[in-house]
Amino acid sequence: MSRTHVSQGDSCDVLVIGGGNAALCAAMSAAEAGARVILLESSPKAFRGGNSRHTRNLRFLHRKPTPYLQGAYLEEEFWDDLVLVTGGKTTEALARLVIRGSEDVGAWMEAHGAKFQPPLRGTLHLARTNAHFLGGGKALVNAYYATAARLGVEIRYEAEAVDLEIENGRFRAALVREQGGERRIAAAACVCAAGGFQADLAWLKEIWGEAAERFVIRGSPYDTGRVLRTLLARGAKAVGDPRQCHAVAVDGRAPRYDGGIVTRLDCIPFGIVVNREGKRFYDEGENFWPKRYAIWGRLVAGQPGQEAFCLIDAKALSLFMPSVFPPLEGRTIGELARRFGLPVRAVEETVAAFNRAVRPGNFDPASLDDCRTESLEPPKSHWARPLDTPPFYGYPLRPGITFTYLGVGVDETAHVLGEDGRPFENLFAAGEIMSGNILGQGYMAGFGMTIGTVFGRIAGREAARHVRG
Amino acid sequence: MSGGEPLREAERVMTICNACRYCEGFCAVFPAMELRRTFTAADLRYLANLCHNCRGCWYACQYAPPHEFAVNVPRALAELRRASWRGFARPKGLAGLFTRNGRTVGAAGLIAAAVFLLWAAFSAADGLWVRQEGAGAFYRMIPYGAMVGVFSALALAALGALGAGLISFLRQTGTRTREFFALKNQRRGLLDALRLTYLEGGGHGCNYPDERFRHGRRRLHHLVFYGFLAALASTTVAAFYDHGLGLPAPYPWGSLPVLLGLGGGLAMTAGLAGLLYLKARMDREPADEGGRGMELGFLGLLLAVNVTGLLLLFLRATAAMGLLLALHLAAVAAFFALLPYSKFVHALYRWAALVKNAAEQSAAERDPAG
Ligand SMILES: Cc1cc2nc3c(=O)[nH]c(=O)nc-3n(C[C@H](O)[C@H](O)[C@H](O)COP(=O)(O)OP(=O)(O)OC[C@H]3O[C@@H](n4cnc5c(N)ncnc54)[C@H](O)[C@@H]3O)c2cc1C
Ligand code: SF4
Ligand code: SF4
Repeated sequence: MSRTHVSQGDSCDVLVIGGGNAALCAAMSAAEAGARVILLESSPKAFRGGNSRHTRNLRFLHRKPTPYLQGAYLEEEFWDDLVLVTGGKTTEALARLVIRGSEDVGAWMEAHGAKFQPPLRGTLHLARTNAHFLGGGKALVNAYYATAARLGVEIRYEAEAVDLEIENGRFRAALVREQGGERRIAAAACVCAAGGFQADLAWLKEIWGEAAERFVIRGSPYDTGRVLRTLLARGAKAVGDPRQCHAVAVDGRAPRYDGGIVTRLDCIPFGIVVNREGKRFYDEGENFWPKRYAIWGRLVAGQPGQEAFCLIDAKALSLFMPSVFPPLEGRTIGELARRFGLPVRAVEETVAAFNRAVRPGNFDPASLDDCRTESLEPPKSHWARPLDTPPFYGYPLRPGITFTYLGVGVDETAHVLGEDGRPFENLFAAGEIMSGNILGQGYMAGFGMTIGTVFGRIAGREAARHVRG
Repeated sequence: MSGGEPLREAERVMTICNACRYCEGFCAVFPAMELRRTFTAADLRYLANLCHNCRGCWYACQYAPPHEFAVNVPRALAELRRASWRGFARPKGLAGLFTRNGRTVGAAGLIAAAVFLLWAAFSAADGLWVRQEGAGAFYRMIPYGAMVGVFSALALAALGALGAGLISFLRQTGTRTREFFALKNQRRGLLDALRLTYLEGGGHGCNYPDERFRHGRRRLHHLVFYGFLAALASTTVAAFYDHGLGLPAPYPWGSLPVLLGLGGGLAMTAGLAGLLYLKARMDREPADEGGRGMELGFLGLLLAVNVTGLLLLFLRATAAMGLLLALHLAAVAAFFALLPYSKFVHALYRWAALVKNAAEQSAAERDPAG
């Protein structure tokens, strides 16, 4: 084997690193502003589009209904929603920039090939705030790639940026691993839009230890955070909690990476959840599922072996979205426990204690009903009904990581900030890699794509302006 | 009943889709799927026949191969669709014609051509290669009574087999007859069929022959379908002229049968040529490769009917008339003989599936919780 040798590659005006929504929005905007653009996507073409490939909708400000969005969604409501989910952990100036910048962004997206549809079943609660992509994120990404190519963007697949040359606050070139070799690509400006670091197992282990070995990565295996790490090593300011990630409970049989939306399970409020010792550990009916969806990843991660088991009975089977893997089944609780390899006695005792503690009430999945337990620790506050109708069903649960919060600081023109708070002259960031500026914690459905779209456009435009003056 | 492997694959794929639902805006299949949690063989046969093969959900699928879920909805449903047609076919003994359907169609065409040529050669009073003109010219080639007899028999057999096929469709997809024949379901289903609503991909067209959204395929299909209706109308009017008014063919250029036949023939020829052209260029991955012979055989045979028909119309006053008439009648005969055992049945079962869909969706609209 010869040592990889760095070839003096090519150069361009604007180098865009990443191949998801934010990168594509930046590349299209820069090309439209007249820049010569190269876009680097580390994945093969079939898996292009990062986590954006797995998305379904985005949220944007609109004053009037559109064919695919009802009513109006205005700045103050948008802002209030954001404050609610982040608990105020946001940078107001940047957050408002995104909110205002999102006004009617659907029209811009459509002009670049995006297609929308009105929500049909299941996502009707988002019908006013979130615009759904016809066919989902992959269709959106396909359309953007076609548009970018038409605008003259040079797209390179299986091209991974492995290092950035930065001198005195100026980006000079990127070192790119491509076709078995390494090549230096010089550019007058660079947009980093390479996502979070959730697919880097070693990095996850630095934070969560061996437990990370058993995490499921819901999105792209190519979002390794290499660019983020390089930026931080080259003096970019870090924002967002480096130890936090957005994690939900997914089916334990999910593929290690890229399982996407289908591995999520919505059964928890209608059953009980036990760990591998057969014990319950959290209130399954604390609040409406969309509000509690995102705490269960962390809860399961805290259990022995990072696994848990949701048990329901026949009454509950049709109350939640169908799952991708069939549930395990048993005629008795004991048989179901055996199927899972759980301690049978312990599970039977847990279920018996739960059933005894359930108070009679009027079961109503659409409200915070009065079906709850009494003198049980932990309680189940709503939708508690005894598990008494065979057959019994169960789903194995694991933590599934959606994205990480750590990112680089940016200013209102998408310039990457240094540790001293001063911007790098020609280095920009957009998307997940800088979302931590705005989403300090929590998550709001459809906002990741909003941040990437608005900041992608800003970054592309500013990078082109930097080049062309 | 049939379709073991295709049934299992369709079930696997629909189970993944039902947990995802990102494609629900493309067509009727996904909203119909969402009304179910699990899929019986009957459900799957119905969904397979509801799919218009627009391929929107292929390019959009985040789980398409090389992803390990390897979701390929258009292919899975097309394979099951083809298997289901074998299962619907009546009489059951002829269902085997759906296997190697391309060859069957080709052989039937050739045999019919040979039979009609020989027939014409023997029965033509003055030989095959002679100019014939004036009323009844065609019948001097092939006798009137025999022509009517043969084609009536073929048409009746085809209608009978298609009717029986429809009954097995209703049985094997668990469709209640009352629901199926309800006027308002028929109206909605028929309208969706006549408009090809679900080749519109939510208004943008279908992804055919490649990733781009285009309206071309739907328009070409309209040319073929409405051309076919015009040709049928032409035949009907001609039959009326002949039997009702006592005016035997051929008819003058400006006459209704000729205008309808010419318009229909030209439309069908253009549409078929366009569809064949697109098919040659289409991405193969979402295609049911095993169904290729069936599709090409059907398009080819229909094209032969039209090309010979148009040639006959233009050259009827020449010595080639006898030959062309024999070939045209042969193509028409082969087409009708194979009607219930060719891709033609897609029209019947698509319409039936759309009516079932209309029934289901209006029930769901009345009672969203149910
Ligand atoms: C299952 C799932 C569903 C989601 N649904 C939604 C939703 O409906 N709405 C919403 O707003 N958000 C959703 N999100 C969040 C959303 O995916 C992200 O907020 C968004 O995709 C981020 O876009 P991005 O362009 O910054 O990153 P990504 O789309 O992840 O793109 C990063 C890109 O960079 C490439 N890359 C990485 N490293 C390198 C390198 N060194 N060199 C070259 N290229 C590199 C990757 O291959 C990838 O193409 C969802 C996330 C998941 C996992
Ligand atoms: S085809 Fe793919 S993206 Fe579309 S609904 Fe099915 S699984 Fe989801
Ligand atoms: S191919 Fe088209 S019609 Fe068939 S299921 Fe997919 S989107 Fe629907």
